[in-house]
Formats: sequence, structure tokens, C-alpha cells
Amino acid sequence: MIIYLLCLVLFCCGIYCILRKRNIIKIIVGIIISEYAVNLFFILTAYRVGGRAPIFSSEAEILNMVDPLPHALVLTSIVIGLATTALLVAIAMRIYEKYGTFDITKIRELKG
Amino acid sequence: MMKGSIIPLFVAIPLAGAFLTSFIGKKIEKLPDGLGLFTSFILFVLSLSAVRLYNIHGILTYSVGGWRPPVGIGMVLDGLTAFMLVTVNFVAFCIVIYSINYMKKFTSKWKFYTLFFLMLAGMNGVIITGDIFNLFVFLEIASVASYALVAFGTERHELEAAFKYAVMGTVGSLFILLGIAFLYGYTSTLNMADMGNILATNGINNIVLMVSVLFLMGFGLKAALVPFHAWLPDAHPSAPAPISAMLSGVLIKSLGIYAICRIFYNVIGINPVMSSMLMFLGTLSMVIGGLLALRQWDLKRLLAYSSISQVGYIILGIGLGTPLGILGGLFHLFNHSVFKSLLFLNSGAIEYSTGTRDLREMGGLAQRMPVTSTTGFVGAMSIAGIPPFSGFWSKLIIIIAAVQAGRYGYAFLAVLVTILTLAMYMKVIKYAFLGNLQEKWNKVKEIPFFMKLSMGILAFVCLVVGLVAGMAFLTGMDQTFIHRASETLLEGTRYAGIVLKEIK
Repeated sequence: MIIYLLCLVLFCCGIYCILRKRNIIKIIVGIIISEYAVNLFFILTAYRVGGRAPIFSSEAEILNMVDPLPHALVLTSIVIGLATTALLVAIAMRIYEKYGTFDITKIRELKG
Repeated sequence: MMKGSIIPLFVAIPLAGAFLTSFIGKKIEKLPDGLGLFTSFILFVLSLSAVRLYNIHGILTYSVGGWRPPVGIGMVLDGLTAFMLVTVNFVAFCIVIYSINYMKKFTSKWKFYTLFFLMLAGMNGVIITGDIFNLFVFLEIASVASYALVAFGTERHELEAAFKYAVMGTVGSLFILLGIAFLYGYTSTLNMADMGNILATNGINNIVLMVSVLFLMGFGLKAALVPFHAWLPDAHPSAPAPISAMLSGVLIKSLGIYAICRIFYNVIGINPVMSSMLMFLGTLSMVIGGLLALRQWDLKRLLAYSSISQVGYIILGIGLGTPLGILGGLFHLFNHSVFKSLLFLNSGAIEYSTGTRDLREMGGLAQRMPVTSTTGFVGAMSIAGIPPFSGFWSKLIIIIAAVQAGRYGYAFLAVLVTILTLAMYMKVIKYAFLGNLQEKWNKVKEIPFFMKLSMGILAFVCLVVGLVAGMAFLTGMDQTFIHRASETLLEGTRYAGIVLKEIK
């Protein structure tokens, strides 16, 4: 149980970072943290206590195995996260070229 | 099995188009235009033939890689899918025609087409897939491509809007992924039909409610419902005009509204709590979007706020849950795709000729740009709900459905917002097209041929759909293809049984 709570704490750290930080690089870091928290949660749903790797072999009968599907899904979601992060960093670099700052309170020409 | 082999083409063709454009488009100058036109035309024709196939055979399925669902990934073509495919691919085709002339002022056209087709592949993928994680992957493909397209101009405002959009979009996707993790943990399947079956037997409990809220936040953010709308008025006006048309016209619908429909009706199953939540959010966006739009002077920002308001209508209609309400919602979805992309293309045409987006600087442009002003007039009348045009009928159906369901308050607000919409578009027509021509616009030229053609097609569709719908409305509803789409939603969680039967 405690591990799920820690996972939630990690997620909240990330969301806090996105909402409260003024530096856009820190916002990107916040996104990465909360993304990892969600991925971690997905992996945790697959975990069985004392489970083993789901590798088929003729000798041993598998009784208690870890669910392999979320691992594959999380791998995909990590790759997607990489693409998003790369794009965000690229935009952040261009913003720095144009505005000369990373502070979002100074990058406010549009009124949402 | 063979009948369903048309389905994966909707993802494969735009992906191939994107790949070829990025590969050889850089070297040959005219190639991206031709390739883009060719690809999007094929997609449009295919989507029409998908409707025909559905009418003949009923629901079609396709198993990716020969792995049978629910173990493998399944793709499903049903009424709602066919309807959405036609909407998306028709608008995309018109926008490609428009881009041939418009995108000349940007340097690297081939990059534009590559991203455009990636986005189209993502949207088509979201629509045809029958697997919830696959839906997430396609949603991310479309979203990442759209973040890049918003930043396409790489000027100050574009970058700022793109950053905001990307951060909020990513957070929305995280909530969706979290919801999928919960659902997988609860049902131990990812196939939407199978998941719907299991959820229907287990009934509603706390996990399902929690997942509903997570999905409502995630997809609501993609659809720009009101508490989550802050990115839209920045992102949509900052993109180049064809992309604004694409984002407002179809992206928020296929990623947001379609996914909301599919998941809440066919997977989780609609219940009174969710239904009233959807109606409340829909009405809220309708009113707030309308009020905010009224005081904008930037033409594209006004259109973006009015998108929020019109999305509210669609969600209100779908949230009602009655057959007539869903029909009206889906019909308004189609109409809004057509006239909102038309209006964004119009604003792009004005910007192309005059270089301004500020309504106060325009005036009398009808004298210099007859085609733009005529099509703009058709679009504005259509969105404002003036009788012969398409928007009137869909709004009328939604309001009648709300009255029939006993929701008089919502019906009253819907009528009120129609008046607001009329007021804001009167403002557009008055300031942009009518009045005296200003000195500095004396030399303004009408736009090039392909832009006129694309806007003409969209305006023509507005008018024809309006007339056909009027006839159908007066003589009684018959089997239109929107009807089929709304039936798919009304089947609710029985969708699962139908799809799974088709697979075996």
C-alpha cells in the first residue's frame, strides 16, 4: 500500500512543479516527473508478490507470474514521453532566443 | 476478414504520405502539393466507400497482424466511425486544396505537409481503433503533431501559444493514461468491446466513477470544455490559417468529443450522473465561450472562442442521451466542422490579402474580395443559425431535444446563446465586409484560385446540407448516415456484444 502512496506523492510533486514554477525548464521537469509517476503506477498494477518473469519453459510450471502486458505498454508510453519532452525542449530553446528569458511571468503577450 | 481490409488504410495512407513527403519532398519543389492533394483525395474517396461498405455489411472489424481481439489490437468500422471518417477526411481534403496557395509564404512546405499528414493519421487512428491503449497512442501522435504545427511560424506568439498548448495537452494525456491504467487493473483487458462487457456485468462502483472523472478531465481538455479551455484561444489563432481550420474544425472533435462519446456510451455506459455532468459542462462552455467571444477584436480569437461555445452545443446534445439529442449533437458536429473551417479559412484569406486580423482595421472588404465575403457570409449565417443554412437545423434539433427531455433551463440558455452567436457574427460581417472601404485597402487583391475553390466547396456544402436537412426535417427523418451514427451510441454497451460477435 505504501508504495502506491509514494507513487501518488511523486505524481503530486510533478503537478505542483507544473502549476507553481515560473521557469519553463522547471515546468518541463515537472511534466517528466509526473509522467514517470504514471508509468510507475502502471507497472505497479502488473506486480504480483513473489511473482516471476513470464518466460515459458518446458521444465518449470509457472504458477505466479508478473503480468507482462503493462511493461510493453509503459515502454510505448515512455517513447511517447520522449517525443513530447524533445518537442517541449525545442520550443523552450526557441522561446529563449526570442524573449531572452525562461521566466513565464515575462512571457505573457497572449491573454488566455 | 477480407471485407474489413479497407480499415487500416485510413492510418497507413496518411503515414505513407507523411513519410514520402519528408523523404523526397525537400528536393522537388512542386511534389509536396501534388502528393498532398492526391493522398487526401484518396482518403476522402475511401471514407465515402467506408460508408457504403457499412451500409451493405454492417459492422466490419480488422485484426492487426492477424492477432484476434481481445488479445490482439482490433479496428472497428461502425456507424459512428464511418460518419467521423467522412467528416475528418472531407475537411482535410478542402484544407489541403487551400494550403496549396496559402502556405507559399512559409519557407518549408514539405515540413508542413509531413506534420499535417501525421496529424491526420493520428486522428483517423483514434476514430477507427477498437483498443483503448491504441487510442491513447494515436491521440498522442495527433497531439504532438499539432503542438509542432501551432509553433510552425516560430515567432514570439506562436511559440508562447505552442508551449502553453503542449504543457496543457501533455497533462491531459497523463490523466487519460492514468485512467487507462486504472481500467486495465480493474478489467484486465484493453479491448474496448471486451472492457464494455466486463464493466456492464460488474456495474457501477467507485473505480468506474474515478476513471470517468479522469477521462472527463483528459478528453475534456482535448475538446476544450470550459474549465479546461484556456489553451484554445491562444493556440488556434496562432497557427497558420489551414491549421487553425484543422484544429478547430476536426482535431478537438475527433480527439475530444468522439473519444468522450465512444468511452462514455460504448465502454463505461452512460448513467444519469455522467449525463447531467456532460450537460452542465456543455452549457457552461456554451455560455462562457459565447460571452468571451463577443468582446474580441482579433478575428481569429473571436472564431476560437466561438468554437468553445459551439462545442458546448455538441456536448449538450450528446449529454441529453435521448435519440433526438444525440442526433442533433452529431449533426451539429458535422456542421460545425464545415462552417468553422470555412470561417477560419476566410480569416486566413483576409490575412493573406490585407495582412491584418484586427476587425477595427478592416471594413468594406466586400468590394475588393467578393468570393471571400460571399463565402464568409454563408459561413457566418450558418453558424448563427439563420434558416436555410445547415447550422439552424442542428441547433433546432438540439433545442427541441432539450425541451422534450424536460430540460427547459438548458433549452432556454441554448436559445440565448444562439442570439449571442448571431450578435458576434453580425459584428464580423459589419466590421470586415460591409461599410466604407478604407483608403489603404484600395489595392487589395482577391485571393488565388485554389483558396477560392476550397472555400467555395465548403460554403456549397453548408448550403446543400441545410437544404437537405430542411427537407428531411419537414418530411420526417429517414435513414441518413448521421442516423446510423447516433444509433451506434444508442446501442450503448451492447456495442460490445455486436463487435465481439463480428470478430468470431
